[in-house]
Amino acid sequence: MNFIVSTWAIVVKDVRSELRTRYALNALLMFVVTSVATILFALRDDELSPEILSGMFWVVIFFTAMSGLSRIFVSEEERGTTLTLQLVASPSVVYFGKLLFNSGLTLILSSAVTVLYVVVFPAFVIKSPLIFGFTVFLGSLGFASAATIIAAVIAKANTKGTLYPVLSFPILIPLLMTVMKSTARALDGELFTAALGEFQILVSYLLVMTAGSYLLFDYVWKE
Amino acid sequence: MESGGHSMNRVTITAHDVAKDFNRRQIFRDISFSLSLPSSLAITGKNGAGKSTLSKILAGLIGSTRGSITYTLNDKQVGIEKFKHSIGFVSPYLNLYDEFTALENLQLLSRIRATTQQNEGRMKDLLSLVNLWQRRDDLVGTFSSGMKQRLKYAFALLHNPNVLILDEPTSSLDEEGIEFVQRIVRQQKEEGVLIVATNDKEEAGWCAKEIHVGMPER
Amino acid sequence: MKAVKYLSIILVTFVIIAGIAIPMVPEPQSLFEFPIIPGLEDKARNIFFHVPVAWTSVLGFLVALYYGFKYLRTKNLDYDIQSVSSAGLGMMFCLLATVTGSIWAKFNWGSFWNWDPRETSIFILLLIYGAYFALRSALGSDEARARLSAVYAILAGLTAPFFIFIMPRIVGGLHPGAKGDTSGSTPVAQLHMPPNMRFVFFVSLIGFSLLFIWLLNVRIRAARVEHQLSIKDH
Repeated sequence: MNFIVSTWAIVVKDVRSELRTRYALNALLMFVVTSVATILFALRDDELSPEILSGMFWVVIFFTAMSGLSRIFVSEEERGTTLTLQLVASPSVVYFGKLLFNSGLTLILSSAVTVLYVVVFPAFVIKSPLIFGFTVFLGSLGFASAATIIAAVIAKANTKGTLYPVLSFPILIPLLMTVMKSTARALDGELFTAALGEFQILVSYLLVMTAGSYLLFDYVWKE
Repeated sequence: MESGGHSMNRVTITAHDVAKDFNRRQIFRDISFSLSLPSSLAITGKNGAGKSTLSKILAGLIGSTRGSITYTLNDKQVGIEKFKHSIGFVSPYLNLYDEFTALENLQLLSRIRATTQQNEGRMKDLLSLVNLWQRRDDLVGTFSSGMKQRLKYAFALLHNPNVLILDEPTSSLDEEGIEFVQRIVRQQKEEGVLIVATNDKEEAGWCAKEIHVGMPER
Repeated sequence: MKAVKYLSIILVTFVIIAGIAIPMVPEPQSLFEFPIIPGLEDKARNIFFHVPVAWTSVLGFLVALYYGFKYLRTKNLDYDIQSVSSAGLGMMFCLLATVTGSIWAKFNWGSFWNWDPRETSIFILLLIYGAYFALRSALGSDEARARLSAVYAILAGLTAPFFIFIMPRIVGGLHPGAKGDTSGSTPVAQLHMPPNMRFVFFVSLIGFSLLFIWLLNVRIRAARVEHQLSIKDH
């Protein structure tokens, strides 16, 4: 019971901090707009296939997330509040609090990208909303679980910004390949059952990454 | 703050041959002692000798390279995650959140701690004690370093800790600030366990015992 | 370790001679003749070198992972020396596997890189090694370097099983054994070879593994001496 109360208190703290400082959210949304605009400049009049669109969709999410999701630990480390947090909460409470916050942020991010894509790309028609919804939801959660533990790792390093995508990318490849595939299925209008295999992979990725991070977080968090 | 008083838990902290390395170099080794309540210990040593490191190890914030610390609560040995809630810690390495006000910092951190009920009365007492009650709704980011140091005391005492660890207790404090620290120290060493890491002879003199850290000169 | 050293030299030398010198004929009669595989011809000889090197790069990662795990358990920095030495060797073999594979692909499939599942896997392994060393160079203390790079290696190891399931679903295979054989498009090879080729191949696997063990041992000893010296310098 205390565990849930504490974890939720961490989320509340981070949400209030975010609303007050706007460290991550503004930068993330501007990043989405600029990267989608860049793609539009490059591919103005081209007919884009579902494969390319679904790839581009996740490329934008990947790079945007890489510009903002590390804040959650980096800001604690930079301001010297890591020890304060360590003093009041156990490592697992901190991990799950931060994971919940990052999951929420990733869901907001991928929803924003979805809306933007539907508006600006005429070819981006979601023919199987169910596949698309499951893919974005499970994909965002899996994404956040890997991104959160890597954020905790790079917060301790000297060159945080450039290191984040370098470390995250190899870990995220299985997830990215899967979500790109099933997003393409959603744009092609395939039947829900066709994407079940991908959903299995996404669910197991989420579980494996979260369980692994939970077990390893003590070593990352405590010097 | 007297109104809060200490919950009368019996606690002990025992260090068994604690050693810490940094970059393969020993900072200190063979630190052993046992503290039970009431008692007080000063950790002294040169700059870089590891006073702050040892105080962080005692607070369970970092691990030791060799040796161990054991904690008991009411005669039962407990892990650090349980014992944590009996520790108050003031340190230059431990900052509060700039984007929240003084009062919000105390509220949010005690909510994360989740062991005790939110006690607005105690927060008021403590903020008055450290002379910040008038400034309770100002962002900590606007505070001077002395005011931040005072707020750290309010945070450290918030949950009535049996063990109070002070690293450089009077840094950036004015005379008035030093006075209230001395009052806190006096009460703590009578009722609980007090550990002070300092360079200052006078501050070390507050404590009954003293331990010197650092490696011998080579 | 002396025995490992000489045995690895002997076995690898044998593989180099046997793998290159044994002629390929349409219908092999004796032990000293390999069959011609249509479409591969002499290019098939690469299997004796490329595949064991690729295997060794995986071995290097597994050993690094194992010692990283042991470091986290014991906080003994000597395990980190063993872990990073293995990762360094693994990365070297990974580069060799990529280069030998890529040159072979140019002559056999027409381009240096085709994103076949196994090419993709070795590329990801290369990325992981690169990220591992980038992380290490960005960390300030020996203890943090050991701790966090071990954590990263374990995280990377956790994703490995996914590739085995995902690759065949996402990309079609080109590697020998892949056509019409679904198991061939996984990152793990399935081999159909005559007994004498298979013999040379397995000798090569063992030879390269022993070579790895010997090189690892040399590197570990060198790294230990280096650290002893750096402590004395202070």
